[in-house]
Parts: sequence; C-alpha cells; structure tokens
Amino acid sequence: MSLSELEFQAQTLEAAPTEAIEGRSQWRLTWARLRRDKMAVASMIVIAVIAILALLAPVFASLLGHGSAQVFPNSGLSGTGGPVSPGTHGFYFGTDELGRDLLVRVLYGARISLFVGITTTAIATVAGVAVGLISGFFGGWVDAVLARFIDTVLAFPFLVLALSLAVVFGPSLTIVISVISFFSWAAISRIVRGQTLSLKEKEYIEAARSLGANPWRIMFIDILPNIMAPVLVLATLSIPAAIVFESTLSFLGLGIQPPTASWGNILAGAQSYYQVAWWYLVFPAAALLITTLAFNLLGDGVRDALDPRTERIFAATRKRRRRTWAGRPATQLDALVAPVPTDGPGEA
Amino acid sequence: MTMTRFLIRRILSGIVVLWIVSTAAFFLFFARNPDIVARSLAGRAATSAIISEVKRNLGLTQPIMVQYWQFLDRTLHGNFGLSYYNGQIPVSSILARDIPRTLSVVVGGVVLWGVVGIAVGVLSATRARTVFDRVSTLGVLAGISMPTFVLGELLLAYVYVPLNTHGIGWVNTGYSGLSNGLAAWSGAMILPWITLATVQAAVYTRLSRGSLLDTLGEDYIRTARAKGLTERRIVYRHAMRAALTPVVSQFGIDIGAFLGGVLVVETVFGIGGLGEDAVTAVTNGDLPTIIAFVLIASAFVVTANIIVDMLYAVLDPRVRIT
Amino acid sequence: MTGPITPETVLSAQSWPTDADLTDDVLVQVDNLVKHFPVKGGGLVARTVGQVQAVDGVSLTIRRGQTLGLVGETGCGKSTLARCIAGLLPVTSGKVTFEGKDITNLPRRKMQPFRRDIQMIFQDPYGSLNPRRRVGSIIGDPFAIHKTATGAARKKAVQDLMERVGLNPEHYNRFPAEFSGGQRQRIGVARALALRPKLIICDEPVSALDVSIQAQVLNLLADLQKDFGLAYLFIAHDLEVVRHVSESVIVMYLGKIAEAGPKDPVYDTPRHPYTAALLSAAPAADPEAAASRQRIILSGDVPSPINPPSGCRFHPRCPKAQDRCATEVPQLEVKAGDMPTHLTTCHFPVQAGEVLASVSRAFRGEAR
Repeated sequence: MSLSELEFQAQTLEAAPTEAIEGRSQWRLTWARLRRDKMAVASMIVIAVIAILALLAPVFASLLGHGSAQVFPNSGLSGTGGPVSPGTHGFYFGTDELGRDLLVRVLYGARISLFVGITTTAIATVAGVAVGLISGFFGGWVDAVLARFIDTVLAFPFLVLALSLAVVFGPSLTIVISVISFFSWAAISRIVRGQTLSLKEKEYIEAARSLGANPWRIMFIDILPNIMAPVLVLATLSIPAAIVFESTLSFLGLGIQPPTASWGNILAGAQSYYQVAWWYLVFPAAALLITTLAFNLLGDGVRDALDPRTERIFAATRKRRRRTWAGRPATQLDALVAPVPTDGPGEA
Repeated sequence: MTMTRFLIRRILSGIVVLWIVSTAAFFLFFARNPDIVARSLAGRAATSAIISEVKRNLGLTQPIMVQYWQFLDRTLHGNFGLSYYNGQIPVSSILARDIPRTLSVVVGGVVLWGVVGIAVGVLSATRARTVFDRVSTLGVLAGISMPTFVLGELLLAYVYVPLNTHGIGWVNTGYSGLSNGLAAWSGAMILPWITLATVQAAVYTRLSRGSLLDTLGEDYIRTARAKGLTERRIVYRHAMRAALTPVVSQFGIDIGAFLGGVLVVETVFGIGGLGEDAVTAVTNGDLPTIIAFVLIASAFVVTANIIVDMLYAVLDPRVRIT
Repeated sequence: MTGPITPETVLSAQSWPTDADLTDDVLVQVDNLVKHFPVKGGGLVARTVGQVQAVDGVSLTIRRGQTLGLVGETGCGKSTLARCIAGLLPVTSGKVTFEGKDITNLPRRKMQPFRRDIQMIFQDPYGSLNPRRRVGSIIGDPFAIHKTATGAARKKAVQDLMERVGLNPEHYNRFPAEFSGGQRQRIGVARALALRPKLIICDEPVSALDVSIQAQVLNLLADLQKDFGLAYLFIAHDLEVVRHVSESVIVMYLGKIAEAGPKDPVYDTPRHPYTAALLSAAPAADPEAAASRQRIILSGDVPSPINPPSGCRFHPRCPKAQDRCATEVPQLEVKAGDMPTHLTTCHFPVQAGEVLASVSRAFRGEAR
C-alpha cells in the first residue's frame, strides 16, 4: 500500500464514529452457548409450557366446568363406583375415586409444585449466599460457628424434622416451604463459603481493601459476581429437588392436605386404585417426572454453558464439525473461508 | 493422630450432637402448656381420664428443667413412654418389633446403592462414550429425576402385579422375617431395595464417574501409564482411592436423605418398619412414637457419619491430622 | 553534625536529605517496624510454635515527591513491609506516621481518610483486577468508596484518568480479559491515581511485564510523578530498574535493612557485602564490561525467616564473615568515608578497591 493509502485509512479510522465499546460479559457468552445447546433449549420450552399450563389452570377448570376439588359422583364414577377412564364424559385424564377431574387436579398440582420449587429456591439462594459470604469472608469465630452449623444442617435427616413439625403444628404449605428452604440453603451456603474462602486471597480483593472498601462492599461488589456461576447452577438444580421433596411430603401426608391437589397427594390416593385405574397413577407420575427431568437437564445445560469442560449427561455428539473463529465470521474474508456456524455447544 | 484417637474424638462429638438433638426434641415437644402436651401425648382418641393420667405419670406440671432431667433419665433407660394410640403398649416394644424390618431395608438398600452406584460409575468411566456408557447415562438420567415413591408405585404396578398375576409369587409386599426363610424375606425386600437404591445410585454413578474421569486425567496417572502399568492396575490400585474420596464424603451428607427414602419405601410397600410407624404416628397424633423415632433416627445418622468419617480417614490420611 | 553518629542521631536528623530542596516534607516515617507471623503447630489444641520474622526492626523515611527504592530477594520482607505501611497488615510493633499523624494499626474507619493519600499498585496485572467487573467500574471504585463523584461526573473522571495513563477512554465498558498485561497495569495505575494520592506504593509493578512494556510503564510512572508531585515507594528485585527510578535506595535482607542511602553512593560504592554481591550479579548491558566484571557467588540458600541466623543474619553466606558476625548484631550506621546519609549494617564493610572472594564459604559454626 502506498503512503497516501495508509494515510487515508488512518483518517477514515479517526473519523469513524466512536461508540462506546461494550465488553462481552460472562453472561452474554453463557446465554449464547446455552441457546446453541439443544437439550437445554428443549428443557426450557418444556418448563415454559408447564408454567403456562399451571398459570392457566383456573381457565381450564372453568372451560371444562370441573373445579379441582369438585366431586362428580354421577358422571365421574363408573357403575361400580370406581373412577372412570380417560375420555369418558369429558374427563380427559379420567377421574379419581371421588369422581374429581384428574386433568384439572394435575394442573393445579403443577401450580403447587412450581410455586414451592421457585419460592423455596429463591429463599434458599438469598439466605445461602448471604450466610456463605459472611462465613467465608469474615473468617475467625464467625466462620467456625457458621460452618459447623451448615454442616449439621446438611447432614440432618430432613424428613425427621418435617415429621416433628407436622405432628406439633399440623401439616401445611407453610411448613413445607419452611422445611424445604431450611435444607436447601445449606447446600448453597457451603459452596458459596468454599468459593469465598479461596477468592478472599486474590490480589484484587487486597486492592479493594487498600482503597478503603468496607467488608460489605467487597463481599457484594467484588466477590459476589465471581460466585454467581456455581450459585446459578445450584439454584437451577434446587428447583427439581424441592419439587420432589414437596411431593414426597404430600405423599406421606405431611405436606399439602387433600382436597388441595398436589402431585404427591394424588399419587398417595393412587396407591389403592392403580390396579383398576391406571390413569390415576400414570398421569400425575408422568407430570412429575417430566417436570423434574426438564429442570435437571436445564441445570446440566446451564452448568455446561458456564463452564464447558464438565462432563454432561447428554454430551452433545462431538462430531468434528467445521469450526469458525469465535462462532461468527468477523470479516467478509472469514465468511468466505468458514461459512457455517457450528451448532451444539460451541468451542469456548 | 492415630486412628483410635480419631475414632474417640468422633465418638465424643457424636455424643454431643445426640445430646443436642434430644434436648432440642424435648423442648420442641414438651415446652408448652401441660394440658396441650398431655393431649398430644395421649393421642387423638384420648379421653380426659387418659389425659389426666398422662399428666400425672409424666409429671407434666413440674418445672420444665425437672421434666427435662426426667426425660433424659427415662430415655437413657430405654423407656420411651406408652403409645396410647396403639392401646397403651410401651413404645419400646414397638421398636423392638419393627427395628429388624427397617434394618433389613436399610442394609440391603445401602449395599445395593453403594455397590451399584460405584460399580456402574467406574465402569462408565473406564468405558467412556461406549454403548455401555450411553445406556447407563440414560439410566442415571431417569434415576435422578425420579422421586422414590413414584418409582416404588411404578414398580408395584408394573412389576409386582404382573408377576403375581402370572403366578410368580416370589416378589412380595409387606415383610417376612428371616426366620421364615431366606426366599420369603428376600422376595419381600427385593423391590424396596431396588427402589431405594436406584434413585441414590444414579447420583453416585454420576459422581463416581465424574470423579474417576477427573482423577484419570491427573498427571500422576499419566506417569503410571508411561511406566507401563496395565490400565486395570492403574484404575483399581491407584486411581480409585483418590476418586472415591468425594464419593465417600458425599455419602455422609446423603444419609439424611437416605433415611427419608427408607420412610417412603416402607410406606409404599407396607413393610411396617420404624419409618411407617413414624408416618402413621403423625397421621394419628401419636407423639411418643415420634419422639422415639426422632431419637433413634438421630442415633443412626450420627453412627453412620462416624463410620463414614473413619472410611474417609482410611482413604485419605491427611484427614487424620485435624 | 557534632558528636558520635549513631542510629538515633541520624534518624532524628531526618535521614537522607537529598540534593533536592531540603524543605521537602517528610510524608511517611517508619520507626522500628516489626512484623511477625505466628506459626501454628499441630496437636490437640492449636498452639503457636514459632514466629515468621518477616520484618524485624526497619526504619525509613519517604519524602514528598521523592522515590524510595526498596530492593531485596524474594522473601526478604519487602512486600510485607509495604503492606504494613499501607495498613493492609497489622503491625506487631513499631510505628508508622503519615504527615506526622500516627497511622499504626488504625481501625478501618479511622484509616479511611488516609487511604485517599496512600495508594498501591500491585505486581500481578492479571490478579489485581476483578475479572468480572468492567474496567470503568474498577477505576471508578475509589470515587465510589470515598463518595467523591457519582454518575456522569464519575464517568468523565474515569475516562480522563484512562486517557492520562495511555488507555482508550472508549474502552470504559470492557473487561480486564480484553486487555494486555501492560494495559492492565495501566488500569491499576489509573485506579491508584484516581483520588490524587500523595504516596503510591508500587509493589514490583513491572516484574511481570515484558521488558519493552516495562519501559513504557516506568516512563508513565515518571511522568505522573512530575505532573502530580507523587511520592513512590518502589519495590523491586531488579537493581537496574530501581536505579533508574529512585533517588534513594534501601537494600533489605531477611527482614532487616542491609544498606540504605542515596542511590549513587550505594550503587557505586556498596559497603555491605550483600549489596556488592547483588550488584555483581546484575546483568550488565555491555558484554565486555560484563566479561571483565568479577561475580561474587553467595553459597547456600536464603535461611528461613522462622529461625534466622544469630548475630548478623547474612553471616552464613558472607564472604567476609568472622567470629564477631555470628554473635553481635551490627547496627545501621555510617561507615568511615561515607556521606552522612549512606548507612550500612555491617561489622566489616567492603572497603574501596577491595576484591571480595569470588565464592563465599559457608561460615563454620552457625550453618543456618
């Protein structure tokens, strides 16, 4: 290139409009990877569908004309007094032994499960992160006490506590949420504490202290962004654990009490009738399984999106596909050389 | 420090924990108005005569610390009170009758859980990405998403019932003591064991697979390979030890969850062990049984944790220094 | 000065007046600073079985607008000393004063106003910046912490700083991972500069950088010193770099000062055998000069600071060591023929024209 061409190029560059250059944050990269992961996307869709169905449960109830606790001894029970099979008399999932619409009950059960799952996870995450940060950062006797406490809670047989509380206070939704939150936060707390302990020694934390930052600022502005990744994975995986926990408690009679529908207590009723009414067992069980499966797969996908090294359940087929530089052609020239972006989890 | 010293320290701290738990249990259940306490102890179906008798027998009108002392004294002597719901029989006799059942479930479940979990995990890791691995991965996926009670019900509906209707009577529900023959005992236990173990084993398969794969990637394993050791020797003599330590420590945490699984399994299969007793006790408001169950369960968890700690110390000598 | 020259008289006379105007204030005065770290032993209960004597009685003065260089091997305690002065580590004994006020072991709240005046630049360009925060936020931290600017004013101040240190202000929203090592170090400088401090403690700021980048960053530091009247405590293990930037130099060994003074006397006529050895080992730019130079090789390793040698801590490795060195701790004092500001801690200082043994023998007696 001649000198004048170089000068021209330099001038063009200087004259080009300067917009603020946004760095690509960890979250943008993670979301990009997650979007390309088929399993994770499928899970997200399934969860979205379930959530919509759960929200619309009352709509379904009024459309069908069947309330969730409404008994239909005539149309809902067969001649011998047992549940009717799916498809009869407008009961798309059949009925239970009292003649209640199983479809509506399963939908209402979804509301309970999702509500419990999300609420307990939210509480547990906030509490767990706070305690973990405080324990890890302050160290000393604070850490000694809190760490012991966390370990004790983690090892505790939760069902025993649920039993005790249920017998003293009577089973209820509040007890379910309290017990589940109480045990979920410990798992998150332990991870957060471990991470905080190792991050505390980093030089940028020392730099923050030399600037005069107070401990709270350091914890929440410097350390917290660095621990969000494992916390997010744990939180995503806490939801299905909470759902399973709630349904187990309801199944045993320690949680949601009938006539309020929960997948757990529906399945408890199904114990006596599955031999004559397969739908009574299959539909709520399928709903439960699909939901927990979807959340577990999503958690797995999130974990892989944040840190592509780890082993996954369904490691996307690592066929040798053509790679592009950073997944997208940077210039026209690159587009000519490697035209097709990969699918599956991209190369990090 | 030596293993004995380590063991003694663990036992001492275990006793402390048990003491704390029993104290907490006591205050949770007894620290209320004596009438309410008496009523809950006497059960739902109690008459006022029984309630007064309970109040008198247990000295519920006394100051709380005196009651606490008596509670400790009674418990250490194995006297858990009377189960009024079950016709005023001593709770300890219920325990004596039902502990063997629970024990059968627990032992079989733990063995199956540990063996299958680790074995499948190790095999998956050594045969990574083969058909075996893919299939076991699917199994793992199913296992970790499955609540125990759902699996139990499904097994009942689609294994037990079909088998029985086709005349294969070995697989059974309920419980049959060992004294009645191995076949009957194992037949009743096989489904509960599978139910218990599958869910837990799935998690452990994944854990041990991941842990072993990580360990096999370490430099010292690479050195062993370069030395010319056979893969089998490398895996079983060198890598396993390091790979198993996180699995063992996770085991300790999961004992609590395992207990929950035992409860569920007993209820689903009608085994009539301690777990089922506890659940029916809640439904019927039978407080003395619950208290006994809480204490026994805690003792079990503490003991199990001590065993796990010892196992961990064997695997990882660094731990003995703390 | 009349009377015998002792450490006290020298120190009280505000040591090391440089050729510059003597009305320069004293910014930082460190008196006999001692920093020991306890070593926890095993056993049933955690006991303290020993002390790591990281810094053992160091006194120094930093003047306004001047650069004090601090040299020594790894493990000699220079980083610990720096952190004690900056208030990042509690001091075991001794005193640190800033502009006459005592800042030794102040609680965080009381130390806060001083933090605007004392800043630090760290060695590791990759570790000293939070990877999850944008650069603008990192540099804006001091403004946020001390509540001196918010919103658009803060952004403007940050971008001005970025420009001043040679970064593109448009990169305000980038993450540290998107910068090179030299650029990251500039970010650290910008952060330290934000509140117009009076003293910047530079803990090996260029050790982790390529040599060509080192020059750039050093020039930047020099420019900033001129423009803002900064004082530097410049810590390094590279002697030539220290010579380039400092007016005065302190050489540390195993927690104590070996030699101190204005740079020219120390570099041209080192009195302490350790200083002489260090200088002889530094690579020389001119190959012929290097070939003709005599290298002094010290035998043995640096002893552990938990159990330092008795008497003079250098005696096991010293080519001139004698019996007295193992028993008597030498004092920091002026040696015959030196300027009053050139102090050495040695019983048998190197004389002019003396050729030291090229390989020292480990002293028989105290082997550590």
